[in-house]
Amino acid sequence: MPTLADLRPGQSATVVSLAGDPALVQRLYELGLFEGEPVEVLAFAPLGDPVEVRVGNSRLSLRKAEAANVTVTDRPA
Amino acid sequence: MTTTKPLTVALVGNPNAGKSTLFNALSGLRQRVGNYAGVTVELKKGRFDAGDTPVELIDLPGTYSLAARSPDEMVAVDLLLGRRPEEPRPDVVVSVVDATNLDRHLYLTSQLLDLGEPVVVAMTMTDAAAAQGVRVDCETLSRELGVPVVPIQANKGVGLDALTRTILTTAGTEPPRGPAFPVEFEKEVAALQAALADVPGVLVRRLLLDVNGYVEQWLTGGHGVTLKAQLADARQRLAAAGCAVPGVEARTRFGWVRKAVAAAVTRPAVRPTTWTDRLDRVLTHRVWGTLAFLAVMFLVFQTIFTWAKPLMETIDAGREWAAKGVEGSMDPGPLRALVVDGVIKGVGSVLIFLPQIMILFLFVAVLEDCGYMARAAFLMDRLMSRCGLSGKSFIPMLSSVACAIPGIMSTRVIENRRDRLTTILVAPLMSCSARLPVYVLLIAAFLPTRSEENPDGFAWWVPGLTLFAMYLVGFVAAPVVALLLKRTLLRGETPVFVMEMPAYKRPALRAVVRRMVEAGWAFVRRAGTVILAAMILIWAALYFPNMDAAGVSYEERIAAAEAKKDAAGDDEAAAAAAERERNAVNGEWKRNSYLGRVGRSLEPAFVPLGWDWRLGTAALASFPAREVVVGMLGMIYDVGEDTGEDGSALQEAMRKEWAASGAAANYPVPVALSLMVFVALCLQCVSTLAVIRRETGNWWWPAFTFAYMTALAYVGALVTFQVGRLVVDVMK
Repeated sequence: MPTLADLRPGQSATVVSLAGDPALVQRLYELGLFEGEPVEVLAFAPLGDPVEVRVGNSRLSLRKAEAANVTVTDRPA
Repeated sequence: MTTTKPLTVALVGNPNAGKSTLFNALSGLRQRVGNYAGVTVELKKGRFDAGDTPVELIDLPGTYSLAARSPDEMVAVDLLLGRRPEEPRPDVVVSVVDATNLDRHLYLTSQLLDLGEPVVVAMTMTDAAAAQGVRVDCETLSRELGVPVVPIQANKGVGLDALTRTILTTAGTEPPRGPAFPVEFEKEVAALQAALADVPGVLVRRLLLDVNGYVEQWLTGGHGVTLKAQLADARQRLAAAGCAVPGVEARTRFGWVRKAVAAAVTRPAVRPTTWTDRLDRVLTHRVWGTLAFLAVMFLVFQTIFTWAKPLMETIDAGREWAAKGVEGSMDPGPLRALVVDGVIKGVGSVLIFLPQIMILFLFVAVLEDCGYMARAAFLMDRLMSRCGLSGKSFIPMLSSVACAIPGIMSTRVIENRRDRLTTILVAPLMSCSARLPVYVLLIAAFLPTRSEENPDGFAWWVPGLTLFAMYLVGFVAAPVVALLLKRTLLRGETPVFVMEMPAYKRPALRAVVRRMVEAGWAFVRRAGTVILAAMILIWAALYFPNMDAAGVSYEERIAAAEAKKDAAGDDEAAAAAAERERNAVNGEWKRNSYLGRVGRSLEPAFVPLGWDWRLGTAALASFPAREVVVGMLGMIYDVGEDTGEDGSALQEAMRKEWAASGAAANYPVPVALSLMVFVALCLQCVSTLAVIRRETGNWWWPAFTFAYMTALAYVGALVTFQVGRLVVDVMK
């Protein structure tokens, strides 16, 4: 299954599961990024990392390595 | 008459929820910074009267949840539970939520409901929500959440009366109940609670939920291996039952929040495009965003240079006026010299740069308040990660551009200890506002712009670009040193970096002005204490001995030379000779002073940098505070009484002196750049050393930081001068 790190700017999908460091998972939950939520990639920073995503009405910046912990559905959501 | 018992109210909310605006609107000017033992976060406290009831307001740092991962995050939780000795348990907790992002903000509210204290929800940004077509029925929401909900617009004062009334009526009422967790979870909490009778229920829940969180580290530290095993078993059972932590909390709370929001909030079917969407299409774009970032930075530094000039000239005129006044009303001697040359000139030369510091803070405050800072961190993160740091280090480092002290203190948000230490050690490399005076002085003196009076000047963009380049020295050196540290002394894994990008908003004028004034005041206080003490010490080291080898007072010899000049009348040759004699005596005095002797004996070490003993002495003498270097240069180059008609006497004196002697005569620009690079890289600030000592807990780290930065500064200045000299030679 693709991860959030595989999406290009403008693409969106639905979050399937979160894995990795408990601190990371908990922070993502607190920011509203959790299972079943639609998520959209808005932009890549210069050098392609980190990525800006929209989840709910929030914009988050997360690194590719972190985004790779977020499994998403195949497009389109 | 206020006779009622004061009410303690805590403000809690996500970062950017509008909490500070509400705090300022409620407490106005009656606020102060609270002192909390062993704590590094700054907590603001304010006071206001709600009718007859005095209210003590505590503004907690912005947070996304009560899941503490660091000692500082734990302080907020302990304060809310009344577990800090400094404050009573809050009577009411005000949960500040953003109407445009209710789901996420109410997540924190749902955690606050577990505290067992009355909660009032203050809903901000209602106007922005309305503009997006979001309608919130506060009555329904209040019924769903089980706590009062008050819509406010703090910047316009709307809803504040209703909020204070609600706080008063809510105080002392039955605390609300948060969302119900699955029974499996509650069973595990009860089992753990039995083993931890003295720990509040909320913290037992956090213990179970926050894997490797602060509560776990704290309690397993105290209760040892048994608790650790017990905790692991409990979490395993929960996972088997389909309630794995921390997911169970997110599901439970968001489920509860969603239900309340669904009942009370109507949203347009299609999310409207906001200004933030439009702006971010450009400002976080990999190409346009980077260009915009560079443009913003250049604009900031060029503006500092242009706007500050008239203000500086005014302050300089005031200083001259004060010096003349004292000179006219006191007899010559050490005391007058102390007041005029030590106190007035010293402090004056520091104060004169207050306008620039205030303008810099104005920009920092505006960029932060409008939401651009997070974009800068986003754009810069990849760069920072290359040197082993994260975007979280960017804000402390950028704050260090104003002053390393708040910068170092703001590293407390970095959870990872190694990252935090690395950031502390390199933060002083960023060009702080105290370096600005030195840059400005040297640039104005040696890289002036072309004008009618000065046809040999440089193009209009040279001063701004040079100033930018000096800041760039720090921007480049800090990451390189950080990388070296992370590869050697502070090796370790990369920490988590997830950051919210807040919606753009118009900066609040009052908040910006407040920060600007606070920064200026902090600088003045520093100028008044550490720097004044240093200036007086340096003045003494330069003033004494005040007799020549023959036992004649230098001041008498100067007075004699000046009398000769006065007597010369219209005889220009005689007047010029007397002037030269006066300057020679002055130069001899300074060369023979204690500081001059030290500086001169070290001159061989300064020569490769292109410096003469004066510059070397000024650099040496600015160990306590680098701002001193300006005052120091002022004293050392004070070659005549004709200072200050046009406000740039020091600059002229230096230019004149340099044209006559040393490497500076042939290579004035490389020498000026060499000195600027030295100041850019050297840690000449006693206050910073003291802060590093406090933050790291020992003297080893400040000593290490001072040593490496001094070595780096020497090498940097050396390379600058030698390369600059080659370039000048080639261009001839």
